Formats: sequence, C-alpha cells, structure tokens
Amino acid sequence: MYLSIQKHLTGLKTGQIYHSVVIVERHSIYLTNLVIIPAMMNPEQIEKELDRILLKVQKPGRYVGGELNITQKDWDTVKTKVALVFPDIYDIGVSNVGLKILYDQINQREDALAERAYAPWLDMEDLMRERGIPLYALESKQPLACFDLIGFTLPYETLYTNALNILDLSGIPVRSEDRDASHPIIIAGGHSTMNPEPMHAFIDAFVIGEGEEVIHDIINVIMSLRAPKGQSNLPADEGIASPARRGRNDILRELAKIPGVYVPRFYEAYYLEDGTVSHIEPTVEDAPAVITKRIVPKLPPPPTKFIVPNVDIVHNRVSVEIMRGCTRGCRFCHAGMITRPVRERSVDEVLEAAEKAIKNSGFEELALLSLSSSDYTNVLELVTKVGEKFSGTHLKVSLPSLRIESVSIDLMEKLKDRRAGGFTLAPEAATERMRRIINKYIPDEDIINTTREIYRRGWSTIKLYFMIGHPSETLEDVQAIADLCKRVLAEGRKVIGWKAKLHAGVSTFVPKSQTPFQWVSCDTPEQIKAKQELLKRELYRDKNIKLSLTDAEDSFLEAWLSRGDRRMAEVVYSAWRKGSKFDAWQEGKKYDAWMEAFEEHGLDPLFYTHRQRRTDEVFPWEHITAAVRKNFLFQDFRMSLEGEIRVDCRLNCFACGILPTFAGMRRENPGEGWKCPDVKSPAQKKVTAAVNNHELPVVGD
Amino acid sequence: MRIRITFSKQDALRYTGHLDLHKLWERAARRAELPLAYSQGFHPQPKMNMAAALPLGFSSRCEVLDMKLERDIPLEGLKEKLNATMPSGLRVQLIEEVDERAPALQTQVVSAEYEVILTEAVDGSKLKRRIDSVMESESLLRIRRNKEYDLRPLIEGLEMQSENKISMRLSAREGATGRPDEVLDVLGIPVEDARVERTALNFTS
Repeated sequence: MYLSIQKHLTGLKTGQIYHSVVIVERHSIYLTNLVIIPAMMNPEQIEKELDRILLKVQKPGRYVGGELNITQKDWDTVKTKVALVFPDIYDIGVSNVGLKILYDQINQREDALAERAYAPWLDMEDLMRERGIPLYALESKQPLACFDLIGFTLPYETLYTNALNILDLSGIPVRSEDRDASHPIIIAGGHSTMNPEPMHAFIDAFVIGEGEEVIHDIINVIMSLRAPKGQSNLPADEGIASPARRGRNDILRELAKIPGVYVPRFYEAYYLEDGTVSHIEPTVEDAPAVITKRIVPKLPPPPTKFIVPNVDIVHNRVSVEIMRGCTRGCRFCHAGMITRPVRERSVDEVLEAAEKAIKNSGFEELALLSLSSSDYTNVLELVTKVGEKFSGTHLKVSLPSLRIESVSIDLMEKLKDRRAGGFTLAPEAATERMRRIINKYIPDEDIINTTREIYRRGWSTIKLYFMIGHPSETLEDVQAIADLCKRVLAEGRKVIGWKAKLHAGVSTFVPKSQTPFQWVSCDTPEQIKAKQELLKRELYRDKNIKLSLTDAEDSFLEAWLSRGDRRMAEVVYSAWRKGSKFDAWQEGKKYDAWMEAFEEHGLDPLFYTHRQRRTDEVFPWEHITAAVRKNFLFQDFRMSLEGEIRVDCRLNCFACGILPTFAGMRRENPGEGWKCPDVKSPAQKKVTAAVNNHELPVVGD
Repeated sequence: MRIRITFSKQDALRYTGHLDLHKLWERAARRAELPLAYSQGFHPQPKMNMAAALPLGFSSRCEVLDMKLERDIPLEGLKEKLNATMPSGLRVQLIEEVDERAPALQTQVVSAEYEVILTEAVDGSKLKRRIDSVMESESLLRIRRNKEYDLRPLIEGLEMQSENKISMRLSAREGATGRPDEVLDVLGIPVEDARVERTALNFTS
C-alpha cells in the first residue's frame, strides 16, 4: 500500500491542485480511500474518461445526464453556480421533490445556475478513484469543486457518511475548517438537519426549515462576496490570516445573519461532567443565539417540469405536494412536528400542476403528496376531479397516508382502475394503551371494519405498518400486533377466502429531536431482538402473511445520529474513514466500523440511544428550533406518560408555538391557506374582555 | 393504425438499455398525446415493437420502432411534435404508416451495419491482416454467456475504411445476431478504445 502511495506521489505535477490522501490522525493512519483525486479535470476530459469506464459499471445511465427537462446554462456567463446533491444513488435521488423545487428556484434566476449530482454506486466510485475522475455535475460535467455553492439534502441520517464521501470524491476537504477561498461553500438542509450537530464539522452552513426563499438570500450573499472564478482558483493557501481564508470567513459571517441559517463554526458547545450539554452559545456578535426555522407563508407554485430519467428509477412519477405539515400530532412523528403549520394548495392549483407535469414528462404515475391525505380539506373533490381529468389514460395515481376509515376506501375506489399498488394503512400500534401513548388513537373495531371492507371491495392484499419500540412498550403490546394481523386476515378470509393476503411492515421506532419523544430511551438490542423474534414466531407460519422487519443495527445507527451532539461528528468521520458509507444499504454500511469509531473517540453509543433524558436536560439541538416550543413538547411527553391524547389541532389550538413565532407572517397572509384555527392570544383576550367590561380608561375621563 | 418510426439514439442515450428505451417511448407518446394502444389485462402493456436491440454503449442513426395506435391520426407535424420533447440524443427522422397486418418488425430484420471509430492509435497494417484472416476463416468459435457459438457465419462484411475506421455488416436475424463488440474482441481491439455506431438496419423487402 505504501509503495503505491509513493508511486502516485512521485507522479504529481506541480501547479495542479491535489487532494491530500494520506491521513495521519490522532490514533491511526487510515488506509482507505488512498487514491489520488486530482481536484481539477475539465468537462471534456471527464467525458472522455467516462466513455472508457461506463460499460464496466452497473446501470451506466445513472452517470451521463442528458435527461428531458434538465436546465443547461452557459457556464461562462452565469455568475453563481450551485450544485445540488442528493447523497444517495441516482435511482433514489432524481425523484426527490425538495431538490427539484430548489433546482427550479435557482434556475429561474438569470444570474445563477443549478446542476445535480448523486452518489456514485460502489463500482463506479472504485473506477473513478482508480482513474482520478472527480465527482462532477450531470448537466455540464464540471467537477463539483468548480461550483460556488454545493447544497446537500440530508433527509435521513444514514446519508451522512455519503456526504463526506462525496466531498472527498470531489477533491474538496471534508472538514469545513480545512477549506479555503478556492473551495465551494457547502450547505445542507433537509429533515435530519433539525439536529445538525453530528455534521457540524463538515457543513459550512445549515438551512433550518423550508428552502424556497432562503436559497435566494444565500445565493445573493455568495454572489456579492465570493471572488469571481479564476481569481479564487489559486492553490490552497493554508495561512489562517491569508486574505483567502478571511474571505471565506466573511462570507460565512454574512450567511449567519440570514434568518434560518446556522453556521456552526460561530458556536461553541459546553458540556457537563455527565457528558450532557451545559449550554451552546454563539462566539461572534452576528450569530443569533437561537436559529428559528424558515417557512414560506404560502406554498409557491409546485414544480411542473420534472426531470425524466432515461433509466429506470425507484419512483417513476411526478409528485404534486397537496399540503405541507400535519395537524394530527402523532408523538413519534418527526415530520409532523417540524413541518407545521399546515398549509394547503387549492384543488385547482393541484389539478393544474398535475396536468402540466404529466404533459411535460409523460410519466405513468402521479403521486399526490402530503403527510396525511385524508386531512386535506377537499380530498374527495380532488380525487373525483383527478379521476375525471385523466379518464381514458393509463395514468396511475398514488394517494399515500390515508386514515383508517371507510371514507378512505371510497377515495381509493375512485382511483381504482388507476391505483398504484395495494392498500396501505398505518395503525402503528395494536393496543389501546400504546395508541394513547403515541397519540394515534384508532379503535381495533375501526381497523377490522375498514380492512374487511377493503377486502370485500376487491383488494386482495392489505399492507399494515406498525412500529415496535415505542416508549414503555411490552411484549404484550407486540403480541397484540401479531394478533391484530391474524384477525384482519381471518376477516379477509371470511369475505374473499384464501385469496386474502396481508403484508405487515414492522419498523423500529427511533426517537427524534424536536418531538415529544426526544426525552425517551430506545429499546436495547436485546429488547428489539425479543420483539422481532416474537413477531417471526407468530407470523412466519401463515404463508399469506408477509412480515418485513427493519434491521436493528440500522435503527441504532439512525438513533445515535438523530440525537447526537457535536462529539458525534468525529465518530461519523472515523466511521467513514474506516470504510462505512451507503449506511442505508447492506452493501455499504459497516457496523463494526461505527463501533470502532465510538471506541476510538471514547464515546459510548448507549449514551445516545438507551438513556432516558433528564427533564431539565439541555439538548445538543437546543439552539435550533422548529418553532414548536420545548415546553409544548414536554407537556405532550408528560401527557403520553398518562395515556392522554390530544385531538387534531385543526379543531383546537394547543399553542405549540407556531402562531406566535410566525404571527407577523400570518397577519400578512390571512385566509384559508393555513389550517391553524383562529386563536386570540391571551393578551388580546384580556384586552377584548377589558373593552367589553368597560374597564379600560376612556379618553377624556 | 400502425406507425413506423425511425430515429437516432446517440450521446447520453447510448447508455439507455432496450427496456428503458421502451419506457422512454411510452412517455414520449404520452407527451405527444398519441393514442397508443395497450394490451388487455391487469398490467396493460403498450403495443410497441423494436426492430433489433442495440447493445448498451453503442449509438445508432437508424433505430426502428413500430407503434400501434388506437385510432388513425394525421402524421404531418408529428415528427416535430415528438422531437420537441425528446431528451438530447434522440431524434425522430421518419414516421410512416405501415399495414396493420404486416409481420412483426423484429421478424423482418436480416442484418445490421456498424461503423467503428478507433479512439486509440493502432497499427493499420496489422489490423488489416487481422481483418483479412477473420474473413478468410471458416469458423470462429467463441463462448458468450457460457454458450459456445460460431461468430464467423454472423459476419457478412468487415472492412477497414481508413486508419481509424472499420465498417461491418452483421447478421441480425432472430436467434442469429452478431455483436460488434465480439468482432472487435476477435480483432484485439478493446471495446473502450472504440466508438461503435449502427448505421443501417436491413429488412427483407
């Protein structure tokens, strides 16, 4: 290995920027990824190299771009260049709606361009490293290192090592502190960044909340402060006081002033002796003590020019977001807590967008996206009109997240000849006690009646989603999942006989930041194993029941990271250096590497997972808020311990904190768009009462 | 109504395989609002046929596709309409109506012609000798996907056009299809050093 490094090193040319590869760290010399990646290769060179290797990899169509509906701009005349990265394979990333929205937002500007990049699969990465091909954007084939701004979306934690790997493959220093003015600014957003701390060492700035508006603020700062290309592409200057270094810091200082932008280098975290956080504070004047998420008052027009891949991907469809946010308040649900308030699009806007998107793309499926379709105010009208609009075509329509009630079957029936897949319902838990704890209360009888009716109306397969590992769950609660599955299937058999099938998807609950369950402990590996064994024992016998379980190790990885602190960044780094990547894939993740990484940094994985948090604990994400108050979350957590439920907050405002935080925005955008009920603040009430009782002094008295 | 579409498949689309190309055409038909006919049943499939699968990585000037439509439509302007929403690399050259009762397209192909550009310098006289010896040989037994077959009868023509260009005509009958990369292998040319383009498909007249 050493000899091969020597060989590579002697071949280096002067004046060319190379990414250093021999990483000697505190404890060890890492022997992975020891291949020279030249940071610069031009698009022609990259294309030439690609032609020589693409027939050697699986699905080469992932790596060539050229899809319908991409935007290609003149590289030399556009001022600010942004690369948007989904750090998983093309097949998963290309249909991501969040990045699509940003792609359109940026490309609508004349002065900026956005291109895309995804993580190359393992076979492609090996060849790229072997031949020194840096990661490039699909539209122009320009290396990622040549962009001004790189934006990662991090919707889930198992993408973290991939994000590091992508920076490395691009010849960009993985650590924020090692970058200089020649390197792009690296930003990240997405649901998992509601606790950004495990990635704080690698990302220059996080976007907290919705990106539609803030991306423009960021681009404007970069456009005005970043040196034009060519001047900044000088070899790396390592001196702290060099003008280059100050330039980068200046840009980040400006970014930190944008509401909703978190620049971790301007914050310091202090710890107590027990390893929990004491406090987190800004180290510079302009950085706010608390970063509140950004939202848009009204959902902007949805994308209608979806990129049409030339190879098969996971979701071959156009998606129209019908509603953002959820009022159900399920206590385990990260998305439901962080995407408030509920904002709906009108039926007409959805229909118009769906029609345009299908016309522009020719896709065979339309997905109407939201966290809870049944709660969309005019869902019946929408579904009826979609049925009418696309009658006579072979378009499939998917309507996810339906409530367990007969109305859902009526809805699905309207889409019957165009439905995609089976009928899916998510009871999440199978005992009344458990359902009260998680605040998703559905009586067994509703489930039985609804599923019986689904079988009766012609669906032979029903998919039920459950979670194990909810707080205070016992083996009896898990047994109840098995019993319920059997009962549902038995009812189905009464109606349609042996054709009836059931698919039980049982995942493991992972407590997330910014939710009422952020205080709870995860199940131990032994507990998860016992619960999963029970389900297998009970359900594997019936060949008409298909049971899917999530791998317990995957859940732990997610759990360490979702509530991790800044110290976890070193664990992420070491795990990646030791070869773990594609952590959501069996082919990529290396659990042992993670365990070694914990040990190397003297951290205990159980501290992050199997530990009930103190009620007064300061969380690592205390300085980041989704505008849902910690007190509200804590009250909800206490209610869960008492088995108390909270109804849909469209009916009754529980003062989560959204309305006071965005009061000004709401005032300027009145009307039906937001689904928060009207509430008077206590102050206003007092004033109203006082006026009514003639208690206020009247002028002239 | 049955229509026959001749199109080129180049650039990035070289890496789109046969099945994906079917999907691409189904979507193109939907964009152009063509009344594409579908099979009956639970999983309706569009009624489309392609003349001959093109191996991944090769480009083509002459792919041919038959499409069954539910009703007759005027063909003028259709080419432009399709081309207006195609990914770069795919261009429709010709659309013509064919007899609904005509035999399936893939049974009518007899041979395919290819042009190979060599991207790395080769010893021309050596290559010429190799080509001659291939053409003079009686049989070329090879193994592909664990099956032995004779490549020689599938080579109908093989010529050196210039220092860096070879042309070949290979059989493309059902069950007797020659692959240009197999010929290149016999000639000792690594496929990554060559750009292969299909230039013509020949049909029984």
